[in-house]
Amino acid sequence: MKISGKTLGQSAAFRKLVGALVIYAVIQILLATGLLSDYYFATIVTIGINVILAVSLNLITGFTGQFSLGHAGFMSIGAYFCAFITLRVEGIPGFLLGILVGGCAAALVGVLVGLPTLRLRGDYLAIATLGMAEIIRIIFQNIKITNGAAGLSNLPQYVNWPWLFLFIAAVVALTVNFLHSSPGRACIAIREDEIAAEAMGINTTRYKVTAFIIGAFCAGVAGALYATYFPRIKPDTFGFMKSVDILVIVVFGGLGSITGSILGAIVLGLISMFLSSYTELRMVLYALLLVIIMIFRPQGLMGSRELSLALMKRAGDHLMGLFRKKEKEGRV
Amino acid sequence: MEQFLQQVVNGLSLGSIYALIALGYTMVYGIIKLINFAHCDVYMIGAYVGYACMTFLHLGFVASLCISMLVCMVLGVIIEKVAYKPLRNAARIAVLITAIGVSYLLEYGMMYFVKANVRTYPEKTGILAMTFQLGNINISMLQILIVAITVVLMIALQLIVKKTRIGKAMRATSQDQDAAELMGINVNTTISFTFALGSALAGAAGVLVGIYYNSIDPLMGFLPGLKAFVAAVFGGIGIIPGAMIGGYFIGIVETFVSGYGGSMYKDAIVFAILILVLIIKPSGLLGKSTREKV
Amino acid sequence: MKKLLSVFCAAALAITALAGCGSEKTGNKVEDGATTIKIGLSYELTGSVATYGQSSVDGVKMAIDEVNAAGGINGKTIELVEYDTKSDEAEATTLGKRLMGEDKVLAILGPATSGAFKAEIPDANSYKVPVISGSATSNDVTVVNGKVQEYAFRICFSDSFQGEAMAKYAAQTLGAKTAVIYKDSSSDYALGLAEGFAAAFADEGGSILKEESYTSNDKDFNAVLTSIKDLNADVIYVPGYYQQAGLIIKQAREQGIDVPILGADGFDSPDLLGLAGAENLNNVFFTNHYSSLDQDPVVQDFIAAFEERYGREPDAFNALGYDEAKFLCDALSRCESLDSVSLQKALCETKDFPAVTGTLSVDENHDAVKSIVVIELKDGEQYKSEKVG
Repeated sequence: MKISGKTLGQSAAFRKLVGALVIYAVIQILLATGLLSDYYFATIVTIGINVILAVSLNLITGFTGQFSLGHAGFMSIGAYFCAFITLRVEGIPGFLLGILVGGCAAALVGVLVGLPTLRLRGDYLAIATLGMAEIIRIIFQNIKITNGAAGLSNLPQYVNWPWLFLFIAAVVALTVNFLHSSPGRACIAIREDEIAAEAMGINTTRYKVTAFIIGAFCAGVAGALYATYFPRIKPDTFGFMKSVDILVIVVFGGLGSITGSILGAIVLGLISMFLSSYTELRMVLYALLLVIIMIFRPQGLMGSRELSLALMKRAGDHLMGLFRKKEKEGRV
Repeated sequence: MEQFLQQVVNGLSLGSIYALIALGYTMVYGIIKLINFAHCDVYMIGAYVGYACMTFLHLGFVASLCISMLVCMVLGVIIEKVAYKPLRNAARIAVLITAIGVSYLLEYGMMYFVKANVRTYPEKTGILAMTFQLGNINISMLQILIVAITVVLMIALQLIVKKTRIGKAMRATSQDQDAAELMGINVNTTISFTFALGSALAGAAGVLVGIYYNSIDPLMGFLPGLKAFVAAVFGGIGIIPGAMIGGYFIGIVETFVSGYGGSMYKDAIVFAILILVLIIKPSGLLGKSTREKV
Repeated sequence: MKKLLSVFCAAALAITALAGCGSEKTGNKVEDGATTIKIGLSYELTGSVATYGQSSVDGVKMAIDEVNAAGGINGKTIELVEYDTKSDEAEATTLGKRLMGEDKVLAILGPATSGAFKAEIPDANSYKVPVISGSATSNDVTVVNGKVQEYAFRICFSDSFQGEAMAKYAAQTLGAKTAVIYKDSSSDYALGLAEGFAAAFADEGGSILKEESYTSNDKDFNAVLTSIKDLNADVIYVPGYYQQAGLIIKQAREQGIDVPILGADGFDSPDLLGLAGAENLNNVFFTNHYSSLDQDPVVQDFIAAFEERYGREPDAFNALGYDEAKFLCDALSRCESLDSVSLQKALCETKDFPAVTGTLSVDENHDAVKSIVVIELKDGEQYKSEKVG
């Protein structure tokens, strides 16, 4: 690792790695000592799966600018293919194979869907992807091998915190590295202005499909993780509402911000957790919060910026400044 | 042959309902380019208002329909003023999420207050309960009424948009909001008016569905809303006759698919046709393909 | 600096190794000196199947209030810890962990649907906390691959059993030779019923002319009914819930289909009458747990008390919710000590418990053994009931 003019300790990549490892270690210790019970771990898994889904949808919608409402469809492909494998091949090899197959199957469907539909723009693309996800759901609901509406039960469970963390880290790293690569830059150019990008010689269809495939693959992995943590899957789980929920996380966190998606998934997951004892009022409060937050912060939590130490320091300084100003006014 | 004709009747009455909801979607989309997810819940509220009028106030069909349209109109304007107006200059997708939030709020708010179980409209009486027999084909008065009301409302809407001052303002706003404002058009009023019209149509659809199918519940808007939206896109979103054609097309396709052995896959086939149409004609059936200028 | 990195990685690995030494759980118990017994309530209160969850909870709460008003269990009152699964199975799993691990409940009632209930069972077995559902009727709920799920109980009969009973009744009593099945393909409940019915009806020498399906979001069934009409089957079997079945009956009768329409306990709701209309509810038969015509005081007292409390007639979910709570309280009162492991034993030993939905005993598969009733409707009223099976 050679970074000009900086020691390793100052390099951004190194700091991120250390940060990630610290988060990993803290949660691992809390889990190992029993301070975080199964229930909190289940919440962490839900949040983690949502992080993967949100980051991958952000790649498609936030960075490449392609409005997709069918992410749950890819997720269901991943979940079902993984379940087929884990129900037949036992142990960790089955688990890893299941995740790989789940991701690849979703990516394959991503190609099949993406190639014809990605020439559509905006809301027309959204409705086409929505239709695709619904078709997948209806097929799963009506064929024998998926056990129809009853879904698959008693799936073997493998996901623990190290695995979960590994896959989240891998998906985030894959997405970030893609965005920093030349195809990734091309995707961002397409979001900014498709015609200008095309005029600059970017093969827009190719890069749109590439982003779509990566997004679909990651969604498939998320689905596979779902099917290896929760004991049951059924077609209804991956309905239109699931796609909408993922989109809500992405926009809430900030379109075009990876850390925003991560933060969005965490914040919404925690809100949902705290609200769960309000039973019938829960969804009303959730909806109300969503509307209020969007009205007051339409660009989402992070906008298109990334959370970094520098940003946090600036925000801290800003707050301190406000505080000092208040203090001064108080004295006068 | 008789079965075929009966299926046409079935399809037309189903399609009318989709068309009526799709009109509201398409108008709002036409003017502020927003997929108003809350629209299908306004339709649900309309059904409940009609239910309350008929069950508790013992009002007749026409009175209930009018009250319901009025309430929905007010509700639509309030939603627009409170939830969408502050976001006029925000990214379109942020408004979309707000719309989803409003939709959840209406659904689960209703579920909290009236509970999740289905409600049934009081029994139909008089002219509404009549059915006609043409050979072996059954046509009920309600089916005729639904088709008639839909067509009348659509024509009225088309006249408003094409012939009146406010209609002209709507068209101008939909083309270019800033330019319209510069020309002295009150954009806010125009947008509110559009919401009022669209929501009133949703209210009418709600009461008609309530009385025709005799079953309403807080989540009743979800699927018809989705299909109506598909209908609007199919016909070319933002175009009033397009929504109408889309609604009828989807109603009839759905009816024929399930009538001739494909009941399992009827929704899948509707979506497959939609995707095909979009691939062949990316801006819907009646949509103009606009060339983007650099 | 690279050293630092490797130290971090090594530390991370070491911490990972720490994990995985989870200890065997011993079940929850009521602490000494506690005045309440905590019971979890995990139901679909919002979302697509909220109506079943809400109905069940109404029944449960009524039963628990009755028990508490009568002095509770051994002087302790029952405290309900209530959560909403949003009709989401993953949420059912998560909330199950919360109730068992955080709230330390002695048992969980719910969820209402088979899938969500199944999503809770693996944890019930590992936490050693009994879970009870009044309405998880799917065939493979309490026995999986020939192995009994130790801590799962239900007080309803399985779908295929109900389907078979109806098929026998159709063939033997109604003399049907041909049938059409019009099922809810979005519900596993309906699929189980349809399978049971089809198999048993074929065994009786009848033939299934056609299987059609609808989904729980549908309101318009005219298209399929028009095509069914031409088949002239002797009976139409509609496995599904009253919300759609009511509309199917109405639309079928309006189209002039007057053959018997058969269903299952999903039909049992006062709303069926409102949805279908009294004049259309003739020649309609369905299997159920009990009939309101039953003069047994347990049934009549329940109906009267329910009407007084909620101002409406009970439906099947209300009755099953009431029964599952009473079933639990009965076992609690027989417990050696108030902990979840002895509660499981007491539940297993339940015999001839006089529930509203029929006298029930728990068999070795943790299923309820009870009789089944076929009810005939005439002008929307229960007209005749007959015990079968």
